[in-house]
Amino acid sequence: MRGLRAIILKEIQFFFTSPTGYIVGMIFLLGTGVFFTIDMGSPFPEASLTKFFVGIDFGASTFGGISLILILISPILTMRLISEEQKLGTIELLLTSPVRDWEIILGKFIASFIFLMFMIAMTAYYPILLFIFGDPDPGPIYSGYLGIILYGTLTLSIGLLTSTLTSNQIVAAVVAMGTLLILYFADYASTMVTGFWATLIQELGIKSHFDDFHKGIIDSHDVVYFLTITILFVFLSIRILESRRWR
Amino acid sequence: MTEHNEDFIIEASGLTHYYGPQPAIDNVDFKVRRGEILGFLGPNGAGKTTTMRILTGYMPPTRGKVTIDGMDIVGQSLECRRKIGYLPETVPLHTDMTVKSYLKFMASLRGLGSKQINTKLPDVIETCRLEDYYNTIIGKLSKGYRQRVGIAQAIFHEPEILVLDEPTIGIDPIQVVETRKLIQDIGRQQTVVLSSHILPEVSMVCGRVLIINQGKIVAEDTPTNLAERLQSTQHISLEISKTNVKIQPLLEKIAGVTNIKRTNDREKTSFEITTENDLDIRDNISRIIMENDCSLLSMQMTSMSLEDIFLKLTTSEEL
Repeated sequence: MRGLRAIILKEIQFFFTSPTGYIVGMIFLLGTGVFFTIDMGSPFPEASLTKFFVGIDFGASTFGGISLILILISPILTMRLISEEQKLGTIELLLTSPVRDWEIILGKFIASFIFLMFMIAMTAYYPILLFIFGDPDPGPIYSGYLGIILYGTLTLSIGLLTSTLTSNQIVAAVVAMGTLLILYFADYASTMVTGFWATLIQELGIKSHFDDFHKGIIDSHDVVYFLTITILFVFLSIRILESRRWR
Repeated sequence: MTEHNEDFIIEASGLTHYYGPQPAIDNVDFKVRRGEILGFLGPNGAGKTTTMRILTGYMPPTRGKVTIDGMDIVGQSLECRRKIGYLPETVPLHTDMTVKSYLKFMASLRGLGSKQINTKLPDVIETCRLEDYYNTIIGKLSKGYRQRVGIAQAIFHEPEILVLDEPTIGIDPIQVVETRKLIQDIGRQQTVVLSSHILPEVSMVCGRVLIINQGKIVAEDTPTNLAERLQSTQHISLEISKTNVKIQPLLEKIAGVTNIKRTNDREKTSFEITTENDLDIRDNISRIIMENDCSLLSMQMTSMSLEDIFLKLTTSEEL
């Protein structure tokens, strides 16, 4: 377990001491701040944070908000986790140290999770303002934040997987963003087909699962979706790292 | 578990590894005694790094078996890895960390507690002479200092086995001398396996040498014994006062002479004579020279250096 702890500490130290962490954090707050401001300009702003969570309403669906920003931000956080080790060759020292492969992956995943939680915690500034100057319904805000945590964790796991697959950080980030965007827009795609396929595509998409949370609904099937996909991708990352030894 | 001899800390048998259709190493067997310094010597691409990577558990061999202290490197990988300190050839380091935080990280990765780390850190820093660069970012260090950081992380947890892949490559001569000294110091208590393509280094540092070429071990002995074994081949350097065309054909006729190289100078002629057997032909040579009215300036018999043996064993064609 010492190895796991060492990896978590080292990665967190990196996030909090490198410019990357702060630049990503700043852009994240800027982006979410824009949607919060739009929220404030719309009717009944004190009621909920619709635009902050799911973005602007385009009739058929919504687009933007923290859910879109996370898709662009998470891959930047995760892209270097394993890619850099492969590029620098430090993976050789990591894999010859007495740590298990799952400790390496999990340690890096937990570190990026902690940093993401830190960034999400910074956005609490917006609802706090709302509570001070307005009278919002707290339920949807709490459930919305629970949703964001689950949603964000899933985006990290996809970024982690692509980082394990390549030694090129840019490729890792772009592939993760692409995959997440496909999952994000699956909602729109599902409207173009009917029946079984529509249900399947909608169930796979990450947005429909998130939308429930901001409405104040904590549905176990959404929670199961996020946890299953996250665990699956972390597990795949571990297997891919293990397979490196056999290549 | 198979029978394990306590004398040997590393036992490798039938190691074969394929990257593609060609084996990088082919049926390699060797054993490493506790506390010895073993050198792997071979040209680039001979399979040294592959062997090191298998020894350290970075990758499993395609065929064959390695045991560390009686434990299988694949089956009980974690226990084996605990006993090993490793410096890969490219010296991969986290360039964005300071020397201190990197060493602490590597030590905790190897399972040391923070208390142990803090007590050992000054010693390791001193051993590797990194005092002045304690808080420097690794990315800003020169190659030689990075090498020291690499060695520092490998010895920090006092492993029973130290595996060093080309430890003196790319650093300046003064640092090379220091590094060799450091390895010899470490080798007094620990088992060291190192690879190199520099011969004097291996003969200076190692107690035993394995010469590896094209994935196969071609010779295995102490540096002195290796030289002795090939003593049968001798070199004689000869200098005579003036040129006499008759001399070379006569020298060639002496039994056992395989090769003669002649260089003419203004005042003297030099011959480099190679003989195949260990017969002393100096008597015959001097007689030929006297009979042909020349005077002998010098004659010297040299046995082959490790360098020559290396070349002889690793190059198939005549030089």
